[in-house]
Amino acid sequence: MIAVIAFYLFAAMTIASAVLVIFARNPVHSVLWLIVSFFSASGLMLMTGAEFIALLLVIVYVGAVAVLFLFVVMMLDIDFAQLRSGFTRNLPFGLLIALVLLAEIIVAANARGAGQIIADKPPEAAQPNIVALGEAMYSRFLFPFEIAGLILLVAMIGAIVLTHRSRGDVRGQKVWKQVDRRPEDAVQNKQPAVGQGVKL
Amino acid sequence: MIGVNHYLTVAAILFTIGVLGIFLNRRNIILMLMAIELILLAVNINLVAFSAFLGDLTGQVFAMFVLTVAAAEAAIGLAILVIFFRRRGSIAVDDADRMRG
Repeated sequence: MIAVIAFYLFAAMTIASAVLVIFARNPVHSVLWLIVSFFSASGLMLMTGAEFIALLLVIVYVGAVAVLFLFVVMMLDIDFAQLRSGFTRNLPFGLLIALVLLAEIIVAANARGAGQIIADKPPEAAQPNIVALGEAMYSRFLFPFEIAGLILLVAMIGAIVLTHRSRGDVRGQKVWKQVDRRPEDAVQNKQPAVGQGVKL
Repeated sequence: MIGVNHYLTVAAILFTIGVLGIFLNRRNIILMLMAIELILLAVNINLVAFSAFLGDLTGQVFAMFVLTVAAAEAAIGLAILVIFFRRRGSIAVDDADRMRG
């Protein structure tokens, strides 16, 4: 019973906050509703027994992606009222498309009875979710897993290369100059006479 | 009892909201990126639900890859957004016509 209540609570929260993401006037509020949506979706996944993915969702999305969105929204000085100008004009057509799409997906999802029957009760897991997932990821899915790491590396380098700009008025560290510097260039021995300074 | 159908319905509604968000916020590229994140979240819910109810872990592994790609996409998209804003001073999608597309 409590599982049913929890499911409907999480589902309603996920959908309601997703609606608020796209309808909120302030984009900062949109990002915050996105976080709520991801939290509730993580709760939904937790209820199916997929603990690792649920926690990963919170860590990656709430911890990284949502904060990235917040940074960008707050960093750029954007006139958001002007960007909403086409909102009401697109609303009827968008709603029509969305309703048709929703009906199609729900029909398709419920038509799976024609195919293989899926048990409505999850089978009991032999070992904890994280253990099973780790074993699958480091044996059968080892190469896809490494490619995923490569994708993240490409994204990281790409983001840095794209947003980096070299400005002329900044004095940065020049490593090659430091490495090239020899003691004989830098240090001079002088023997000044008494009462006289050293001219540099 | 909650079956796989319930999860599929939630994911379908979430997916539709994401598509609707792309339609409604045609000019605001930040909200379009957020709508894409919602769509990928719906896909992940589907994958996890099927994985759990079929007792097959492959769906969860694939959900993790979807998560990876979504994070990379968000990072690159926002980086492009930042340099676009630096050049043009706005993020309206209509202004992105330099290449006459």
